[in-house]
Amino acid sequence: MKRAPVYEYLLITGIGVAALLIPWLLPNFITQFTFLWVMVVFALTWDLLGGQMGYNSFGNVLFFGIGAYACAVVQRDSGLDYFTALALGLLCAALLSTAVSALLGAGVLGMRGHYFAICTLGLGVAAGEIAGGWEYLGAGSGMVTPQYPGGIGERDLFYYFLSLTITGTGFFTLRRLYQSRFGIAINAIRDDEDKAEAMGLHTTRYKTVAWCVAAFFLALTGGAVGNLIGFIDPRDVAFSGATFGVWMILMAILGGKGTIWGPVLGAAVFHLTQELFWNFLFGWQRVALGALIVLIVVFFPQGILGWVREAWPERFGQCVDTDRQGGEETR
Amino acid sequence: MDNITILLDAPILLVQLLLDGLLAGAIFALAAYGMALVWGVMNIINVSQGEYVMLGGFVTVLLAEAGIHPMLGVPLVALLLYLLGWLIYRLVIFRIVDRDLFISLLATFGISILLQQLANQIFGADVRTAEGELGTSFLFNGMVTIAHIKLAAALIAVLTGGALWLFLKKSRLGQAIRATAQNARAARIMGIDTDRVYATTFALNAAICGAAGALVAMTWIIHPYFGLVYTIRSFMIVVVAGLGNLLGVIAAGLGLGAAENFAGFVLGVEYQAAFVFTLLVVILLARNLLLGRKRQYLK
Amino acid sequence: MTTLLEVQGVSKRFGGIVANEAISLSVPEGGIIGLIGPNGSGKTTLFNAIVGYYPIDAGSIRFEDREITRLRVPQIARLGLLRTFQQTRIYGRMDCVHNMLISTPHAHQGLWSMLTHFPREDREKAESLLEFVGLYSKRHLLAGDLSFGQQKLLEFAMALMNEPKLLLLDEPTAGINPTLINGIIERLQRVNERLGITLLVIEHNMSVIMNLAQELHCLSRGRLLASGTPEQIRTDQRVIDAYLGVQ
Ligand SMILES: Nc1ncnc2c1ncn2[C@@H]1O[C@H](COP(=O)(O)OP(=O)(O)OP(=O)(O)O)[C@@H](O)[C@H]1O
Ligand SMILES: [Mg+2]
Repeated sequence: MKRAPVYEYLLITGIGVAALLIPWLLPNFITQFTFLWVMVVFALTWDLLGGQMGYNSFGNVLFFGIGAYACAVVQRDSGLDYFTALALGLLCAALLSTAVSALLGAGVLGMRGHYFAICTLGLGVAAGEIAGGWEYLGAGSGMVTPQYPGGIGERDLFYYFLSLTITGTGFFTLRRLYQSRFGIAINAIRDDEDKAEAMGLHTTRYKTVAWCVAAFFLALTGGAVGNLIGFIDPRDVAFSGATFGVWMILMAILGGKGTIWGPVLGAAVFHLTQELFWNFLFGWQRVALGALIVLIVVFFPQGILGWVREAWPERFGQCVDTDRQGGEETR
Repeated sequence: MDNITILLDAPILLVQLLLDGLLAGAIFALAAYGMALVWGVMNIINVSQGEYVMLGGFVTVLLAEAGIHPMLGVPLVALLLYLLGWLIYRLVIFRIVDRDLFISLLATFGISILLQQLANQIFGADVRTAEGELGTSFLFNGMVTIAHIKLAAALIAVLTGGALWLFLKKSRLGQAIRATAQNARAARIMGIDTDRVYATTFALNAAICGAAGALVAMTWIIHPYFGLVYTIRSFMIVVVAGLGNLLGVIAAGLGLGAAENFAGFVLGVEYQAAFVFTLLVVILLARNLLLGRKRQYLK
Repeated sequence: MTTLLEVQGVSKRFGGIVANEAISLSVPEGGIIGLIGPNGSGKTTLFNAIVGYYPIDAGSIRFEDREITRLRVPQIARLGLLRTFQQTRIYGRMDCVHNMLISTPHAHQGLWSMLTHFPREDREKAESLLEFVGLYSKRHLLAGDLSFGQQKLLEFAMALMNEPKLLLLDEPTAGINPTLINGIIERLQRVNERLGITLLVIEHNMSVIMNLAQELHCLSRGRLLASGTPEQIRTDQRVIDAYLGVQ
């Protein structure tokens, strides 16, 4: 599609190099950066549906949770050594989650607007409640993931690069998708799904694939985060609507919906703010979160990139009418 | 599944479950009526619906602790929640009334988190209840018990709903509200102050949710996190009943109450919330299947 | 000429309103057929019924000798039966070229094609069609920023991009500057002749449709009132009465 501008390659290279060096440049903050990558996946995968396709999901955390549990169960029950079990766990997590999203997608993605949003909200909470009662998954007390066979420093480094890999793969996959027919098709669905159907677009197919892609990367992230935290709680970690679940939405909006860089930026800004200020709030964090959602949604729904774009439209490949006479039109 | 055997052995338990379910369902229907009102008039799905129920419950508990019987507290609770609803409208909601539905969903979701967490900070996460013992009747040789307070609560729910219905039907403001629901632009042209209509609608909704919360507090238990379940219940009821169908809302509310009570008994209480949310998904999927079979060309 | 579209006894009710009542008409391959009638006479409803927006209450619709009465909107579109909207629908937040590109025919697209880029021919075709409708200079504008008339033209170009066999046009000249209307007529004729696209056109502008169509059908209150050549319709007393509102 559109040829990417040079500065985008520079940006990607810059971030990539920095990401590789961070464990040695800022060794004390390695966990924070690991979570930054996780946040980027959250925001990007949410935006795939919410921003690019116009399907605002309140329950994408479902796939994160499925991933976390599936991976942990495989690790617990497979009897393999740590790394083999983890690899197998991540694979199963991704497959299971993708399968669930494909199955659900056929029905749930047929809903529009309010109904889709509330239905996904229900899905996320229902999953948390079911996990919270299911003995096999440790019920309400959750699951503990296996001990990493090695020192703390090594463990941090391992999970840093694991998250970085997931995030990098996710980013480039989405970037490639957005440049292809797929990206334009889901944009068309966002702008007018009835029209897209009337033009013969395979809307169900595109929507389902989009959801599966999101589910795939969320599940991998879920598997990694479960191990990173070392503990999976059904309502506060895996299917936590009030933290990860809304953060996804908030970060994507904050950065700018419907762009590839917006969610990345939003995740970075949100995560940084959170790391800097959250601890000063002593338990009032979630109150602040609620207030923040309201403020951003009401006063800043276009997000940072949307705002920049409004200010300098030409910079973003959006042409301003150069030919006001409308040449051919008056012919 | 052991509980099914118990049910088979003592079918009289069915009566008990049904009765408790219906009495709870009356309260669900009340909150759902409020949601339908806001949805119909302002075209907003208020995700913070359940939080007003929860706050109403906490106010009732505080009043009860101060020695005011919860039943007497209901009007006061409704008034307080009315003011809160009005305040929230003035601060936030009026900015999102005409914006796209995602913004209103997310903004009310934010309000919901805000209120829920505030309640958690202020009142603590413990389970609370408002004491309002009124005695108990025993039927069928004591096999079926009816706590009078539950009967009273259901009665209050019916009265409150009826009062709201009358208000909408008869009063001038009520007529303005209904006109706005029909067509806001036309109403504006006719000289109706739709902003005031919206403010009243939103505040009224908060008030009846507050009343519902008071009833929950005196018949059952409350804690800061139960709001979302009430939002979802209300949403389900409205989806099943359809907008502007009061009888449907009542029937769906009672039905949901009964269904939930049975499910809670059969599956175990720890799955009751799971049941509600799963039921939501099932209902929405079923609705979509039905619509898909005869998809209407919208707009 | 073979029959491309065959509508037989189609009825559609909305609650108490009879929008279409036992309408039968056929569209020959390669023709330009007009559909006229006063406001609310059921023209758009007939279009919607043909392209599968809702189930019809009675009757059957055949396209290329194939029963399509029960097919869904996208399936019918992929058969090559396309419509434009009276209210004009485009993808507002995408630029015109993207609007065109995503309108390429979808009938033979497999799963993998969604990951591919658009081939160069598609882009060239998109640009030449935009040129054809006179929107070339606006091609990088967001479609939502175009004027109503320009959006109408864009929607028309998008339909052409889709390479339909039969194109149903719902009031193609509504909202278009009267001085440009002749251009539209000429373009429709060119599309019909050069690209071989059969046209079924709803039109309120009598002089346009009389010049354009070889055959006209007139609806009134949901019924087919008269069919015939423009000459016959022009002089048909029932049509004149219907338009003048005589009972
Ligand atoms: N989805 C619908 N639900 C209910 N009634 C409808 C619906 N669509 C159309 N109608 C009714 O059917 C009748 C025919 O409408 P239709 O849009 O087909 O008319 P039309 O001939 O296209 O008119 P116009 O020239 O104004 O576009 C009208 O009375 C209209 O109100
Ligand atoms: Mg019409």
